[in-house]
Amino acid sequence: MPDSSRRERLRQLVQEIAGKPAPEDDRESLFESGLLDSFALPDLVSAIEKEFATKVPDSDLSPRKFDSIARMDAYLAEHSA
Amino acid sequence: MSAYLHAFGAYLPERVVANAELAERVGKTSEWIESVSGIQERRWAEAEQTVADMGVAAAENCLRKAGVSSNTLGMLIVASGSAARGFPGPAAEVADRLCLGSTPALDLPMASAGSLFGLALAMRLVETHGDVLVVASEKMSALVESDPNTAILFGDGAGAALVSARPGRWRMLDAVLHTDGQYRADLAFDGAGPLRMNGLTVIMQATRKIPAAILEVLGRRNISVQQVSAFLLHQANLNLLARVAKSLGVGPEKVFANVQRYGNTSSASMLIAASEWSETKSDRGPIVFSAFGAGFHWGGLVADSEA
Repeated sequence: MPDSSRRERLRQLVQEIAGKPAPEDDRESLFESGLLDSFALPDLVSAIEKEFATKVPDSDLSPRKFDSIARMDAYLAEHSA
Repeated sequence: MSAYLHAFGAYLPERVVANAELAERVGKTSEWIESVSGIQERRWAEAEQTVADMGVAAAENCLRKAGVSSNTLGMLIVASGSAARGFPGPAAEVADRLCLGSTPALDLPMASAGSLFGLALAMRLVETHGDVLVVASEKMSALVESDPNTAILFGDGAGAALVSARPGRWRMLDAVLHTDGQYRADLAFDGAGPLRMNGLTVIMQATRKIPAAILEVLGRRNISVQQVSAFLLHQANLNLLARVAKSLGVGPEKVFANVQRYGNTSSASMLIAASEWSETKSDRGPIVFSAFGAGFHWGGLVADSEA
């Protein structure tokens, strides 16, 4: 279930890591669009862990789960208590 | 029984391939290649040069530095993910050319983590086999030369290390090794090419697993990262080395880097780095080795300088 507040916080994190505005479309790939490079993704995951007080295990460190704001939101929804 | 590192050796081919030579092929600039990898140039072997040729050269360099003859070796380990032949691997030829007679020679066809696994094995095998020479040799250009996506990243070369039960320059304290085969398709070469690399997955996993392995092996020996004099890591990418330093909370000067000049030489890179470091810096105190690569295989090893 999409959470508008959570998505806005994710949008802010993406902007902080990328140094550029996040895409309008939450489903847009952050890597294919060139907004984030491969070394920014680990930073983004670390920022998500801190912001949402969660731990992303190594087994979940997949670009498929974090390459768009919608996918990050879905991941957090699935893993929130 | 204790195991000691006595010396390192290296061999780099003469041909220097600067970014400018590859930039047009990949449709990017030299500056772009350097910004994404830190690499300014790499060495590529001549067409007729083989993994065994380079391995022998690095082995001889290491034995010369250690001041020992090859006929004293009790075992040879050769790591390579880029050998041209499936079997026998290059260990048999390197052993023959070093005049090792019937001394056992073991291949580790593991790519980037091969030299780390070789050192960890040698640390145990010296007890039963005597001096063990670990060699890592890679002709990565043969795998990637025609592939614009990966040609910019890799280079050729070989490294070596002599491990012995006789007291030497660094006492090997401990090692941790790991493998997670669910990622085996994310970095692979099936013999026909091209080399397949899911860069995002590789970097995401490496940025976590390398620091974790280092902290794991240091924790087992109650050594803090601040006590470590040098981190001698697989030279995959300068940006990755910087991330590892940041994760560990150490300055980038503690993480030896020569990927700028040689590119990613896969399993050879860690021993080439150790060889250069030992010639130029070799500060006293604990040193840490770590590598991550295809498999995924990864781990860490800690040694300490002898008084």
